[in-house]
Amino acid sequence: MAKKEVSYYPGCSSQTGASSSNMMRATQTMCDELDIQLNEIPDWNCCGASIGYGGGGELPRLTLSARNIALSEQHNPGQEIVATCAACWLSTREAKERLHEDANMFRDANTALNEINLKLNNQTPVRHMVEVLVEDIGFEAIKAKVKKPLQGLKIASYVGCQTNRPFGIAEESFENPVYLDHLIESVGADSIPTYEKKVQCCGGALAFSEPEKSQEMIHGIIEAAYDHGADLIATPCPLCQANVEIYQDQINARFGSKFNMPVVYYSQLMSVAFGRNSKDSALDGQIIRAKSLEEIAGK
Amino acid sequence: MSDLNSAMTERYHNSFLKEVEANVEEGEWVKMCMQCGVCAGSCPLGNAWEHTPQKLFMMIRAGKREAVLSSDAMWMCTSCYNCIARCPRGLPITHIMHGLAHYAKRLGLVPKNQPTAQFSQIFWDNLMKKGRVNELKLGLAIYFKDGFGQGIKNALANKQLGQNMMKAKRMNAMEFFGGHSIKDTGGLQKMIKKAQEIEDAKIQGNS
Repeated sequence: MAKKEVSYYPGCSSQTGASSSNMMRATQTMCDELDIQLNEIPDWNCCGASIGYGGGGELPRLTLSARNIALSEQHNPGQEIVATCAACWLSTREAKERLHEDANMFRDANTALNEINLKLNNQTPVRHMVEVLVEDIGFEAIKAKVKKPLQGLKIASYVGCQTNRPFGIAEESFENPVYLDHLIESVGADSIPTYEKKVQCCGGALAFSEPEKSQEMIHGIIEAAYDHGADLIATPCPLCQANVEIYQDQINARFGSKFNMPVVYYSQLMSVAFGRNSKDSALDGQIIRAKSLEEIAGK
Repeated sequence: MSDLNSAMTERYHNSFLKEVEANVEEGEWVKMCMQCGVCAGSCPLGNAWEHTPQKLFMMIRAGKREAVLSSDAMWMCTSCYNCIARCPRGLPITHIMHGLAHYAKRLGLVPKNQPTAQFSQIFWDNLMKKGRVNELKLGLAIYFKDGFGQGIKNALANKQLGQNMMKAKRMNAMEFFGGHSIKDTGGLQKMIKKAQEIEDAKIQGNS
């Protein structure tokens, strides 16, 4: 496979010691195996996520993303921007599209960028890593890389919101996207096609500000996985992963449940299936250990 | 009433829809709503809102300015984009909710102690300091937003969670002392200041 180079936008939560640093490690492992070279956008900044709107108005928020795109165009010319975080991808792509459609906003963003001698051309595609896997690499090529099939594991595909709406992955439905099921099957595990909480919201940033309301939704996401006999939940989104994994103690206390469900990234499933060890697959970054994956990785 | 709020009330007397169209992100879409209610039925926090998007849009057209801008409804938006995906008229509802929330904040009409409004501001201030979010300080700021005593209580209630995150190396106590940063923080702040000036001037010009 020829080496693919992308302009990589990891995002704040992927940094060392941050909440999805485990996703970053597994992404790196997965990309090594698939011969994808991640060229980080130099000095990238926060995208503002989907909660920055209170403090930041429309133009300041679009300008945050415009700076990242401009830096990418300057330092990684000709390379597509690829993000692994749902919010990073969404904000950047939203900014790209709105600045494309609104000439005044484009002019104003460039006026702000001019303060630091940057210029946005806005010609760079903004993609999610999942699009690279599904559209450029393909399920067959992924299957061909599998050394240790995740046989016997039943995995609920929890796609969540922002990897799915409003842009989503081409040719997928908003109500029942199936690419994650296909990825799960490509690495030899069983998916759960009827998992009804696949695109249920976890509360997003409101897990911090409205924990009771959010934990009620998270409870439903985990309960449905148990109802289907899932061993694990897999997700592409760092906030989904954290929200569904880390509050299980609090949810158990609130609802009298006994949840202890591991929640992992697709990149961790792929790293293990490609024959890499637990550490490379960032399984040590779990709060609820994914023992079934550790066993396969240790074989 | 803030000066800007008075000026806007005066300027758009009897036409709140025009005020929203001119000053709220994607506000020009509001008049396209046909009141079908799909957004209301699709919102994950639909049962927690005082007003669904459908209601807010009708209230905007009916000139219910105070009721709309002081509603806590738009602060319940989780940004799940379900409403956008399903709206048969293609309204960018999520963005309108963010826009209404931001406009209410600009005019000083946000309900007191609205937790998501507080979090949203804390998040923005946090990222503006270093150009990247400092998750440790973000978490602490939320715990302590209602004072020191409540902060200690919140921190203790979430002690196990913090320990779990540190053990998994997904939280780092050293972030308290500086932490991750972009190199050009000064430049980023200068750039955002400029963007804010442009936006403020546009809205002041409408007042």
